[in-house]
Amino acid sequence: MYAFNYHKPASLEEAAELMANADDGAYLSGGMTLIPTLKQRLASPSDVIDLSGIEGLSGLSLDGNRLHVGAMTRHADVAASTAIPALADLAGRIGDAHVRNRGTLGGSIANSDPAADYPAAVAALDATVHTNKRSIAGGEFFTGLFETALAEGEIVKSVDFCVPDSAAYEKFPNPASRYAVVGVMVARCADAVCVGVTGAGACAFRATALEEALSADFTPGATDGVAIDDGDFNADLHASAEYRAHLVAVLTKRAVARLI
Amino acid sequence: MNVTLTVNGTEHTLDVPDNTLLVDVLRGQLGLTGTHVGCDTSQCGACVVHLNGDAVKSCTVLAGQADGAAVTTIEGIGSPDDLHPMQAAFRDNHALQCGFCTPGMIMSAIDLVQKSEGLDEQAVREGLEGNLCRCTGYHNIVKAVLAAQQNMAQGGN
Amino acid sequence: MASQNGIGAAVKRKEDARFITGMGRYTDDLGAHGQTYAMFARSPHARAKIVNIDTAAAAATDGVVAVFTGADLKADGIGDLPCGWLVKSKDGSDMIQPPHPPIAVDAVNYVGEPFALVIGETLAAAKNGAEALSVDFEELPAVVDLASAARTAQIHETVPNNQCYDWELGDKAATDAAFEKAHHVTRMDIVNNRLIPNAIEPRAALGEYDAAAGSHTLHTTSQNPHLERLVLAAFVNVAPEAKLRVISPDVGGGFGSKIFVYAEETAVIWAAGKTRRPVKWTAERSESFLADAHGRDHVTHAELALAEDGEFLGLRVQTIANMGAYLSTFASSVPTYLYGTLMAGQYKTPAIYVEVQSLFTNTAPVDAYRGAGRPEATFVVERLVETAAREIGMDATDLRRRNFIQPTDFPYETPVALTYDTGDYEASLDKALAHVHYAAFAQRRDASEAAGKKRGIGFSCYIEACGLAPSQVAISLGAGVGLFEVGEVRVDVTGSVTVVTGSHSHGQSHETTFAQIISEKLGVPFENVTVLHGDTGRSDYALGTYGSRSLAVGGSAIVKATDKIIAKGKKIAAYMLDANADDVEFEDGSFNVTDSNQSLTFAEVAFAAYVPAKYPLDELEPGLSEKAFYDPPNFTYPAGAHVCEVEVDPETGVVEVVQFVAVDDFGNIVNPMVVEGQVHGGLAQGIGQALLEHGVYDDTGQLLSGSYMDYTMPRADDLPSFTVDTTTTPCTHNPLGVKGCGEAGAIGSTAAVINAVTDALGVASIAMPATPETVWRTARGE
Ligand SMILES: Cc1cc2nc3c(=O)[nH]c(=O)nc-3n(C[C@H](O)[C@H](O)[C@H](O)COP(=O)(O)OP(=O)(O)OC[C@H]3O[C@@H](n4cnc5c(N)ncnc54)[C@H](O)[C@@H]3O)c2cc1C
Ligand code: FES
Ligand code: FES
Repeated sequence: MYAFNYHKPASLEEAAELMANADDGAYLSGGMTLIPTLKQRLASPSDVIDLSGIEGLSGLSLDGNRLHVGAMTRHADVAASTAIPALADLAGRIGDAHVRNRGTLGGSIANSDPAADYPAAVAALDATVHTNKRSIAGGEFFTGLFETALAEGEIVKSVDFCVPDSAAYEKFPNPASRYAVVGVMVARCADAVCVGVTGAGACAFRATALEEALSADFTPGATDGVAIDDGDFNADLHASAEYRAHLVAVLTKRAVARLI
Repeated sequence: MNVTLTVNGTEHTLDVPDNTLLVDVLRGQLGLTGTHVGCDTSQCGACVVHLNGDAVKSCTVLAGQADGAAVTTIEGIGSPDDLHPMQAAFRDNHALQCGFCTPGMIMSAIDLVQKSEGLDEQAVREGLEGNLCRCTGYHNIVKAVLAAQQNMAQGGN
Repeated sequence: MASQNGIGAAVKRKEDARFITGMGRYTDDLGAHGQTYAMFARSPHARAKIVNIDTAAAAATDGVVAVFTGADLKADGIGDLPCGWLVKSKDGSDMIQPPHPPIAVDAVNYVGEPFALVIGETLAAAKNGAEALSVDFEELPAVVDLASAARTAQIHETVPNNQCYDWELGDKAATDAAFEKAHHVTRMDIVNNRLIPNAIEPRAALGEYDAAAGSHTLHTTSQNPHLERLVLAAFVNVAPEAKLRVISPDVGGGFGSKIFVYAEETAVIWAAGKTRRPVKWTAERSESFLADAHGRDHVTHAELALAEDGEFLGLRVQTIANMGAYLSTFASSVPTYLYGTLMAGQYKTPAIYVEVQSLFTNTAPVDAYRGAGRPEATFVVERLVETAAREIGMDATDLRRRNFIQPTDFPYETPVALTYDTGDYEASLDKALAHVHYAAFAQRRDASEAAGKKRGIGFSCYIEACGLAPSQVAISLGAGVGLFEVGEVRVDVTGSVTVVTGSHSHGQSHETTFAQIISEKLGVPFENVTVLHGDTGRSDYALGTYGSRSLAVGGSAIVKATDKIIAKGKKIAAYMLDANADDVEFEDGSFNVTDSNQSLTFAEVAFAAYVPAKYPLDELEPGLSEKAFYDPPNFTYPAGAHVCEVEVDPETGVVEVVQFVAVDDFGNIVNPMVVEGQVHGGLAQGIGQALLEHGVYDDTGQLLSGSYMDYTMPRADDLPSFTVDTTTTPCTHNPLGVKGCGEAGAIGSTAAVINAVTDALGVASIAMPATPETVWRTARGE
């Protein structure tokens, strides 16, 4: 690790100010992504600004059919929650127990790892991301590989998710890292069917062709003929783009099967 | 920077560089070398300790993040004459060979058993996902955790 | 007295007390006053000339103590890292050994090869210094693909066609003749995937120099500290043997990868002398991936000739073995004497011919990894046999039975240079089939089918040769070292016992099993036996631990030493009891005069040996401490039957191992609990090779599987619980009748898994590891 200054501000304002004054600052939430990066000297921030001292950034609360999740809420706490069982299930499958005891929702989505799990839920559950500056629609939050709509220094405060009538998350873990090779969340809200996909592309997206097919006929078989374009899908040691596309279809089908 | 940690029940205030990892405080400054380091990508679990009651990878926690916290390491749960039921189960079931993964494995297993009820074999295997062992093939580790679950339920720690 | 903690008892381990309480002492746990930290600068290129290294900025970095390049070591007389086994090619010529400087001098030949060493007051300073090095590399095209490596760029000036040797074993003419009369020939192309060992404790070293004594002490993660010392002294010229002590404290697993003498340990101990400061280095996992010797990595074509009734007539094997960029310490012996010699397997195949061409590539050196050659051989033989059975429409177990060497055939001389002493292969297979409920397999397959899954079963009846021996034969075949082991039994004044062994435990439980032997042989309570190992300052020169040899060779040395103790004890007792030594018997821990009620306890005799009041000092030396060297007359031949049952999800390609049965014949067993544990660990590695693990380089020689993010280590939820059992035919030529169990799991299992997967899919073959995508594609007929 390169040297840096560590700060633990007590308020969002203080955090933003520390960031503004730093040469090259980095927010720290659970550290499950940032610290491994620092350990391997792959990043060299001048200042690390720990958000854990700020009150009110963690916890879940239900408001009508919206579930409000603070950015600092740990994966373990979401996994133990009951409002959206599919979201709890998703959180319970992130990394391992130790990662879930530290890693947070805010850190996960701010990082926009193409293989992260939460982005599938952000895409599928009509989420809104609230920051210290504004609110960003879930569909506009992820903009590319490790890229988000967050401006420099902007802090994720919370995310709210629609509480669906029903939803299911299916994950095909990378055999080595256990991140998602592909993760699919299928959610039904009123009449709409949403299919959020992570792992397959540069960032999470909604699979509209699958959504259309499922809106017409919500059965596992409905997705059979749907073409999934793997043109810009990821490919690595563990899965080609073609295989990922296949998995998107299989996981969607399995999620639907669980919901009927 | 100064950090105050209560490690295995004893409070320490230490002056450390800002970029210090909890594992380095434990191993380097406090001489608690039972906590091991087996990787640089936060995956092997050899470094697992309890931080305020939760199993965490001490190689992925900054000392500053742990300021004010209670830390329990393998040295803090039992001694050769007074083993924690999980330690005893590891010995009784031959759940270790080289012993390098063992401290992290035991700390993870205690957290797993404490936080769940009625774990079966599959649940134990999934619960130990974050800990690599190259020696045992996990067979006896799983046996040990299941055995310890019984003993811990019957009044041990 | 077959004491309750004696041979055969599942005694709980002595070593556990420290390991489960965090009190183990591994190399990285040690420190020395005033210690510095080493960081190695490693090549980012697979192949490049080093045009220039500018160390000025590195040397000027805050906290940097010293910067050394390969040229500095060379100028100081530090020699190349040698390979300990000289293999000869078919034409009688010696293998070609390219120069292997510990720190690269003129060229780098694999990604991760160290080309400089920076010593810092802190690790951060050393790292900063390493980053400040300015290096001018001239990149060259890398040789990565093994199959074509003989026909591409030449890596080493002295090695045409990148060929280390082209070796053969067996009778070519007889084998060709056998194929001519074959009714059926099974042919296969087999790739044995590269593995990265990944002991969970990374390699580490702490080098210290005592200027007053002019002596070096190296604490390191070695499986065989004496070998390390010998090589560093005699070949690398770090220090004279007498001035170098190598200590392996607790070591966190090795699996072969910690046998070898590496660049880093060499440079650390040398630098300690140079800087006159203790130097500490601990590998980061990414360094382990790049620079620990890898395992396996063969490309093979193999053919089995059968008669109409399934009798094996001949076997032909052509293998290309990857040596990586340089010859690691025992690399040359692995695909030859530990591979070709195993091709008879458990069968009476009368004619066998094996050709092995070893080639250099721009990848990390490849050497022994758990099983070393024997898993590769088993994979070839057992894949061929299973495939042949399917091709000729015979049950795979029946075909094996048809060809097994029978218990009455021993000693059995194979056509590939080994003489098996004993075995009962059918007994193991029968037991394994009973455990796996083979008869009900068809029903289970139907049930899977109904659930949309495909179930398959696969077998592997392996043999291995352990306890590499005898020294003279091995030396005549090119080994550069003897292969004996030493054991010293020091009886303490009060009758407790200290054992010093030259073999080394890094998980194998020597402190327990060797104490059981003493307890059994001398009747000394188990608690009163202490086993010391891993220190060249404590034991005589010996070979350490590899090749499942510790008990068969190291244990035998200890038994020989106990025999000497008993013989001397009898003389002492006879004198003390005024009896004839021939009339003294040793039993249950006491010396008894036959046909009398006179007796002395072991402790009484020990005391008399050290306080020789009534003692025949003119005939006997005082003291009761004996040492023995044991050079085995033959290998031992553990063998067994492994059966794997898998269920494949054809939609995703995920393979689940639903049942794994291993029935092994390890001869006599000292501690069944320990033996089972060894088997479990080996199985995990063998199953890992079949389904998960793969060391992959891209075309330019970059390691793609360089961390746990990409290299799939078996985790608890990847594996089932195993069914492990044994049969017993005691080894005929060592005093314990033991054969060794450390590698069997990794040797037998891989073929069983792939046989099961191909059975499930109904295909002839599948690439290893059979990852989900590979299985999915294979299931689709790609
Ligand atoms: C072994 C291991 C396995 C893992 N497996 C998975 C997995 O299966 N699936 C998965 O999805 N993830 C996985 N992860 C990643 C894990 O979920 C991380 O916790 C998560 O990606 C980042 O969250 P964090 O709170 O730890 O963020 P940090 O590491 O603290 O931060 C991550 C990034 O986000 C920025 N940031 C953090 N908080 C905020 C904020 N509130 N506002 C703006 N920017 C912020 C930081 O500056 C940094 O750039 C794994 C991690 C590890 C170590
Ligand atoms: S050292 Fe490997 S996870 Fe912490
Ligand atoms: S006991 Fe050696 S790594 Fe687990």
